[in-house]
Amino acid sequence: MTALLEVKNLGISFGGLRAVNNFEVSIKKEELYGLIGPNGAGKTTIFNLLTGVYRPDSGKVILDGQDITGKKIIDINKAGIARTFQNIRLFKQLSVLDNVKVGLHNNHHYNTLEGIFRLPRYRTVEKEMNEKAMELLKVFDLDKEAEYQAANLPYGKQRKLEIARALATEPKLLLLDEPAAGMNPNETGELMDTIRFVRDQFHMTILLIEHDMKLVSGICEELTVLNFGEVLAQGETSAVLNDPQVITAYLGE
Amino acid sequence: MKNMKKTTKNNLITYGIVIVAFVVVQLLIMTGNISSLLEGLMVPLCMYVILAVSLNLVVGILGELSLGHAGFMCVGAFSSAFFSLYTEDIITVAPLRFFLALLIGIITAAIFGILIGIPVLRLKGDYLAIVTLAFGEIIKNLVNVLYIGKDENGLHFSMKDAMSMNMDAATGKILINGPQGITGTPNDSTFSIGIVLVLITLFIVLNLINSRDGRAIMAIRDNRIAAESVGINITKYKLMAFSISAGMAGAAGVLYAHNLSSLTATTNNFGYNMSISILVFVVLGGIGSIRGSMIAAVILTLLPELLRGLSDYRMLIYAIVLIIMMLFNWSPKSIEWREKHLAFLKRNKEAKES
Amino acid sequence: MSFISYLISGLSLGSVYAIIALGYTMVYGIAKMLNFAHGDVIMIGAYVALMSMTQAGLSPVIGVLISVVVCTVLGVVIERVAYKPLRNAGSPLAVLITAIGVSYLLQNVALLIFGANAQSFPSAVKWSGITLAGGKLVISGVTIVTIVACVVIMAGLMLFIQKSKAGQAMRAVSEDKGAAQLMGINVNGTIALTFAIGSALAAIAGVLLCSAYPSLTPYTGAMPGIKAFVAAVFGGIGSIPGAFIGGILLGVIEILGRAYISSQMADAIVFAVLIIVLLVKPAGLLGKNIQEKV
Repeated sequence: MTALLEVKNLGISFGGLRAVNNFEVSIKKEELYGLIGPNGAGKTTIFNLLTGVYRPDSGKVILDGQDITGKKIIDINKAGIARTFQNIRLFKQLSVLDNVKVGLHNNHHYNTLEGIFRLPRYRTVEKEMNEKAMELLKVFDLDKEAEYQAANLPYGKQRKLEIARALATEPKLLLLDEPAAGMNPNETGELMDTIRFVRDQFHMTILLIEHDMKLVSGICEELTVLNFGEVLAQGETSAVLNDPQVITAYLGE
Repeated sequence: MKNMKKTTKNNLITYGIVIVAFVVVQLLIMTGNISSLLEGLMVPLCMYVILAVSLNLVVGILGELSLGHAGFMCVGAFSSAFFSLYTEDIITVAPLRFFLALLIGIITAAIFGILIGIPVLRLKGDYLAIVTLAFGEIIKNLVNVLYIGKDENGLHFSMKDAMSMNMDAATGKILINGPQGITGTPNDSTFSIGIVLVLITLFIVLNLINSRDGRAIMAIRDNRIAAESVGINITKYKLMAFSISAGMAGAAGVLYAHNLSSLTATTNNFGYNMSISILVFVVLGGIGSIRGSMIAAVILTLLPELLRGLSDYRMLIYAIVLIIMMLFNWSPKSIEWREKHLAFLKRNKEAKES
Repeated sequence: MSFISYLISGLSLGSVYAIIALGYTMVYGIAKMLNFAHGDVIMIGAYVALMSMTQAGLSPVIGVLISVVVCTVLGVVIERVAYKPLRNAGSPLAVLITAIGVSYLLQNVALLIFGANAQSFPSAVKWSGITLAGGKLVISGVTIVTIVACVVIMAGLMLFIQKSKAGQAMRAVSEDKGAAQLMGINVNGTIALTFAIGSALAAIAGVLLCSAYPSLTPYTGAMPGIKAFVAAVFGGIGSIPGAFIGGILLGVIEILGRAYISSQMADAIVFAVLIIVLLVKPAGLLGKNIQEKV
């Protein structure tokens, strides 16, 4: 099986500080891949490099055979990477449904005039978008709250809505930045089921950052451990978690 | 689906308010129950409503503070008044001439919106506000040194004074006369035209908000980085909102120019003061609430005129309204207080909505 | 000779802009807000000085002192009543719009009290100045006092910020409000002090401005206020030497533009400078670039 995401020698410095150095990873299609490491190890920076928020000063990022290194955020999304954020970034004043519909933006088209004058294409496309969005909301058990303002959702549901919105862009690769942060064990358990379900249902490849070791060991097939911006260990989850280097540097603390 | 019905109903109420207001005023005019002062206010009122609704598109929907809105109004007013005056002898059918002037005013203002928007929209917050203010003042300044005249040889143009246009003394006619502006614009604006323009403005803004493009614009307002990460083209949608808003301000300018026989650009009509007055309407009506802007514009224009003696205090009242509304609506303490003491209002509202 | 004389009036006007810009830049650096009403505090300061000198018959020095006290109190009150409640508001536009409201309030209160007619302002500087080059070049006393005052204020402020404890607290708050609070710095007090200093400077600027351009109306402060903000942005917002350099440059550009390009276009030229600076070097001449954290 060929790799969906191939990253070679990725690096970036901020004012002399090497935040990420020689990061390499290869993620297969439909794999659930974990990225772990202590705070400040550079995990979110890697997400920002992969999604175009930062431009890497070295290395290559290949998605499904396409070189996306250094492209702009919106072009990388169009190429097939969608993400969630560590500090939730929803469209707070929009409804839950509209949050997902913004995610559907680039896959469902009608032009401005068709929108303003409510022409037939507006009606058919909006109907399509509503159905599609409701389908996604159902997956995350958010369909009952479709009309709520996103800001009024409880925390756990906001995290789920962010995933639903990312999926709406029909990505090839989904990046989840600490999806279980702030959730109780029950909610985390539910989230693990949902992530697995998303992978199976949408044939999705998922790369996630997480601190919750139960979630990581429970669903990730492969792991990369990051420490001080460099790869400390990489491979199958059980092997990596039993690596003595990892235990002393990260888990031991 | 329920959502669509709810917004459609809301929009119909907004249009209904405008139409009912129009009918009532027409009845009052027909039965002679309205003072000439008030009747004279009707066209400016439509103009203020258009300005407030269009500014709300930028402030409330796009989430950027523009302090140069009057500049776009100025562009619409002068370009259309110039056209009307220039073609007064050529196009004698007044409605047709006005329609063309309207198109010219809107398009010119929208083009200015795009030209100014491209550099300005790269900035954020305070900087964006102060730069739009700067552009508004530059427009006003430029109009005040602009001289255009025509004679048998065609158009003449100067940025210095009327003499330097070197027009033919016998056939020369000054169209735009520097600080004296434009005189003799045909009075083509009527209350009916104003109301139609208000309805068109509302129609465009309300339908835009509830469409794919409107959602993209509001997504940028709520979280720019998240919007970008789901593939929204930030520049495109910011420019779209900004230029549509500028075009509408241009339409208001056309209405203004064709309601007066002499048009000059001063601080009060096309400068900073006007931009702030419009902002007050938007803030009082509720940032982001289109119907609110409309109602606030009407109330704040009528009130000082109706209560005689209050008009001296007009700007003072605006200032106090602005401060109190902002403190009441945005201060974290006030929000907390309202949630504690006015919770019953919110509960009622939610019950109605669900 | 006329070029040199324009240059000197440019320096003088620029010094006034610099003094006002110092107030903007300090408040922006510490409270992270554009205090739109700052220009109108200048106007209030000028009226207070005018009243002290003409109605109460006090000497210019006492007049300036009274004006400084009144403006300091006014600045602190404005901050406490209108800006502080909005410091953690959900939208960054909230406090900006409120500041616009305060600006309008000050203008319209002045309008009700003093009327719209321009009042002539007796120069606070009685010295007639010096004559150079055999009478070809006259530098008025006001010009000299303005430039000297600006340099002294700027040097004093730099010293205060670098050396005093309160100045260090200001720097800490401008770097990171939360961290400053944790270190035991009184953040509210520091912000209030910043407004007090800025407003006191505004009073001085008001008297100097009206001594040079002796016509005072309720709108006198608005334009110089906005232009001084342009100067602060030009020099790099948050930077004290930046405000100084930006103010001087802007004053010179305005006077030379008025003299050699077009007097009606002088304001437009100043605003064009702002637009060019923000597009080419948004952080200004001496400012720092800040990137949003994701």
